[in-house]
Amino acid sequence: MKEKVQELAKLPTGIIGFDQIANGGIPMGRSTLLSGTAGSGKTVMALQFLLSGVRDYGENGVFVTFEEAPSDLMQNVRSFGWDLEGLVAAKKIAVVDATPDPGEETVMTGPYDLSALLARIENGIRSVGAKRVILDAIGALFPQLSDSNIVRRELHRIAAGLRALGVTTLVTMERTTEEGAVGRWGVEEFVADNVILLRNRLEQEKRRRTVEILKFRGATHHKGEYPFTIDSEDGVTIIPLSAIELKQRSSEIRISSGVSELDRMCSGGMYRDSIILVSGATGTGKTLMVAQYIKAAILAGERALLFGAEESREQLTRNAASWGVDFEKAERDGLLRIVCRYPEVMGLEDHLLQMKRDIMAFKPKRVAIDSMSAFERVSTPKSFREFVIALTSTIKHLEITGLFTNTTSMLAGGESITETHISTITDTIILLRYVELHGEMRRGLTVLKMRGTSHDKGIREYLIDNQGLHVHQPFRGVHGILTGSPTYVFDDERVRLTELFRREAQVSGGDPAAT
Amino acid sequence: MNTFRLRLYITGRTPQSQRAIDNLRNICESELSGGFEVEVIDVLEHPSLAENEKILATPTLVKRLPEPVRKIIGDLSDREKVLLGLDLEAVSRSAHP
Repeated sequence: MKEKVQELAKLPTGIIGFDQIANGGIPMGRSTLLSGTAGSGKTVMALQFLLSGVRDYGENGVFVTFEEAPSDLMQNVRSFGWDLEGLVAAKKIAVVDATPDPGEETVMTGPYDLSALLARIENGIRSVGAKRVILDAIGALFPQLSDSNIVRRELHRIAAGLRALGVTTLVTMERTTEEGAVGRWGVEEFVADNVILLRNRLEQEKRRRTVEILKFRGATHHKGEYPFTIDSEDGVTIIPLSAIELKQRSSEIRISSGVSELDRMCSGGMYRDSIILVSGATGTGKTLMVAQYIKAAILAGERALLFGAEESREQLTRNAASWGVDFEKAERDGLLRIVCRYPEVMGLEDHLLQMKRDIMAFKPKRVAIDSMSAFERVSTPKSFREFVIALTSTIKHLEITGLFTNTTSMLAGGESITETHISTITDTIILLRYVELHGEMRRGLTVLKMRGTSHDKGIREYLIDNQGLHVHQPFRGVHGILTGSPTYVFDDERVRLTELFRREAQVSGGDPAAT
Repeated sequence: MNTFRLRLYITGRTPQSQRAIDNLRNICESELSGGFEVEVIDVLEHPSLAENEKILATPTLVKRLPEPVRKIIGDLSDREKVLLGLDLEAVSRSAHP
């Protein structure tokens, strides 16, 4: 007796991130519809499923194309470094060309069926021993054959035939809008069991690609849309946000922030696997904090990776030099890598992918991003938050330290969207604020939060000179620095008022509500 | 010379295949007096031939000569359309001006 299997077996697609949101892959031995608007990445994703089968799982595949001629397709995917021709020559992949010949006339003279196509696909499967099949752009079949009812019926038969052969099939189909019907021509009727939607929306003048598993019959999957990128190195990469595990391993090892007094405020330094957010208005010394944080790494002989989003490499290097930190030498020594990319050059998903690659390649002990808020400019709040979460989880996963800076718009006080968005994700928040005091601008620093340790909660004045940042004594007699409207309470007066209230309380007989 | 070179693709010996063969024989005998050559190809036996000629539907009659090459899809029961597909109207016009 066979035991009843609760969930259908899954076949890993090998598409980065997809198998995570699909709880293992697409249903094995079945057909899955991959639907999306023009340019949403259907063909690339389908081909990746096929190529990964050969490369990573030793499973050969058949590629049935209805729209793009095989030669064009092979040419197009060469930019991904995919040698489809080589795999065809090596009998790893078989191609079935079901594209219409341009200019070819067809005449309909009576009943017909698509048995020939099925026979050709079966022949392809047999010739390479395929386990995976893709039917790319089946919509192109409908205008070729005038009777769409017959086409639908026949596609149904082909799906059944492929199922009988035990292959796992990915069918791509174009849809005309991002919402509404899954595909044109009523195709959902014949591959209704498993549907994946790709979207390519314009959000605030930025293209945002997402993938959503609409349904898997008899199998589980993550719900909702997940952003993905397409690039020449990995093809499709899905960012499985909710599937990211936030492992809080919580190291007890402390590292120096580069400012000794700040380390003392934090009871001995930052935690090794923590995320530090340094937030302040322009000119408060955030980039200087970054420089000192990197200097501390260099002094400890550890590698640091700096992502610059607002300033060029030259500017960063020159500024650091003015504070006595030699970035150029550190780079030569292999202790530092500076990567400068303006946020505007690509989408956040692509930034994330590139940054992850940089981190994996350089293997730093510390990462700094100056500034994180620059990335907020080019994205929607949602994708910005996803970006921060994904980056944070990458850094934490590697048990290294991350320092992000955030530029607040108000000179004194206030909080930015970045703060509200990412403060819950960060472990330590350091605020740098201008303080208007006795008619001059001074600077105040406070450790707003630090997970897992006690810390100095005072607002301390700090000064910047050519040696860097120096933290001094707390501001005395000032309230409301963080709100941006400080009020002064002078010592004498405070004493007088305290005395006054104490006396009043005694007179009224110690009303508990008043204390 | 109007020699027709035709290829009929079928998938298996089904009633539909047989119908197409019968219809084709009938048309050839009555209309193609100039001579013809017919090959009947079962896709199940020769899938690579179907691959080369990109056959999706069966039955499909391929008119290879005279040019232009044309695919005539279906069981050939619509005789008028078959003749249209074979350019036989044009032929008969030129024969009897």
